[in-house]
Amino acid sequence: MSLTAAEKIIAEKSGKEVVHPGDIVQAKVDLVLINDVTAPLAIMKFRELGINRVWDERKIAIVLDHFTPNKDIKSAEQCKFAREFAREMNILHFFEGGSVGIEHCLLPEKGIVAPGDLVIGADSHTCTYGALGAFATGVGSTDAGMAMATGDIWLRVPETMKFIYTGNLQPWVTGKDLILHTIGDIGVNGALYRVMEFSGETIARLSMAERMTMCNMAIEAGAKTGMMDVDEKTMEYVKDRVKKEFRVYRSDEDANYVDSREYNVEKIEPLVSFPHLPENVVPVSRAAKMNIAVDQLFIGSCTNGRIEDLRMAAEILEGRKVAKGLRLIIIPCSPGVYRDALKEGLIEIFLDAGAVIGPPTCGPCLGGHMGVLAKGERAVSTTNRNFVGRMGHPESEVYLANPYVAAASAVLGRIASPEVVMR
Amino acid sequence: MKLRGRAWKYGDNVDTDVIIPARYLNTFNSKELAEHVLEDLDLDFRKRMKKGDIIVAGENFGCGSSREHAPLAIKASGVSCVIAKSFARIFYRNAINIGLPILESREAAESVKNGDILEVELEKGVIRNLSRGEEYRFASFPDFVMNILRAGGFVEYTRKRLRGEDI
Repeated sequence: MSLTAAEKIIAEKSGKEVVHPGDIVQAKVDLVLINDVTAPLAIMKFRELGINRVWDERKIAIVLDHFTPNKDIKSAEQCKFAREFAREMNILHFFEGGSVGIEHCLLPEKGIVAPGDLVIGADSHTCTYGALGAFATGVGSTDAGMAMATGDIWLRVPETMKFIYTGNLQPWVTGKDLILHTIGDIGVNGALYRVMEFSGETIARLSMAERMTMCNMAIEAGAKTGMMDVDEKTMEYVKDRVKKEFRVYRSDEDANYVDSREYNVEKIEPLVSFPHLPENVVPVSRAAKMNIAVDQLFIGSCTNGRIEDLRMAAEILEGRKVAKGLRLIIIPCSPGVYRDALKEGLIEIFLDAGAVIGPPTCGPCLGGHMGVLAKGERAVSTTNRNFVGRMGHPESEVYLANPYVAAASAVLGRIASPEVVMR
Repeated sequence: MKLRGRAWKYGDNVDTDVIIPARYLNTFNSKELAEHVLEDLDLDFRKRMKKGDIIVAGENFGCGSSREHAPLAIKASGVSCVIAKSFARIFYRNAINIGLPILESREAAESVKNGDILEVELEKGVIRNLSRGEEYRFASFPDFVMNILRAGGFVEYTRKRLRGEDI
């Protein structure tokens, strides 16, 4: 029987020959991820079981990345609680302080996630790892806490939607724009409970970073996960990183898809997603004409905080200044990315432009710290959500965009097209 | 089991950021979380809601972040159940896992008006609108989900499983 890659992984991990969408299976997990916001609750639930060992201390990742460096006493207590648990259980993949990066950048970078893995994470953007050919999905703390005890998870086998991208990208158009375009097309619940499988010649040409950006935002269409085919680029990315054996699963040519859509990307321009839903996409040329003044720009997050994203920002910002009165906040997503940005001279470009550089953290993306918005303030952000109050005051506004657009807007002080700045 | 309360009506895509904003995620104390439930969507809700009240919403309720703090805050505030046209999947799992009843009923979500008094019979799959004399059905839970609910939540379910007991 023909299966999608997602179905093959779920079948393999649940010890079945085949699975069908709608089946409920008990699947073994290769990794359970928790962070400083979701870990304390997961640990408490784990403790309620009355057992004193986790199922496998090498297959749990605890990443203290959301409100760190600790933003207040309560956050410090949460981190302490998670840290003590990690020590007691001898958790192998524990990250904090100088070792911490944003979980969904850090784990692939460190080779902790491999193609073919089944990963659950108590963070909705766990779906990022689909770019490596893993089946990875977000869950809550109780699910994560129970999986830390049992090593498995119940899953409803999802239907898969196929998205095929053809043609060459226009200048300044990135993976971020492809996923915003897709969410704009199907809506924020357009892939509810489903897998979004991204394919086509355009995807094959994207960098791993851009692929991760796309899979990262599958959740913004309600999807269980986003996935991509494992190709030479994927293998090149994982070869010096992943130390364990892994298996690659590919969708069969005649696999069953619940929906299939094709996009010719040549007509897509950089997009801006207007408040307060990611589906509210507007082409940047049109958004720029609306003369939307902004107060803050944020370039970072698990969506767009990788070195490739920082290079995009630097391309625009080199030799230019942030407009007067604006705050441009740039956060490299991991210590490794921070180091590369230093070596490549990007940090200097950013400092010269007048940007603030923050330590790796989720921070401002969810209105945690290091860039919270006041009442009535507007931000252009390379992050993933622009819900009411997402980055601060409920009457603040977030416009989602790619790093080129965020940097161009920083220079002009209003939502701007990179083309205009670079002309 | 009968649930009864006033309906608080909201639209589509009520996300977990408005259910419980991230600025309050530095705790997992459910009582503290409940103090801020739905704060960024409707400041009146917390002030005026009474124990047993019911949230009625449109599509994709609970979309966004995986924070279990969202259903926890709703449950701890005294809300007896949430009725919506559809639920975001992580929220759905989280609500089931912690024992917050969530009911899918397009009919109820469309017909119920803000302030209506509702009565829900979970076992019978019936929602009664006492203010309008109407009755709606809601989708039954899959057997597997029923097993979790019957066990008293996912922790208890897992405890039984680890002990090798019948579930």
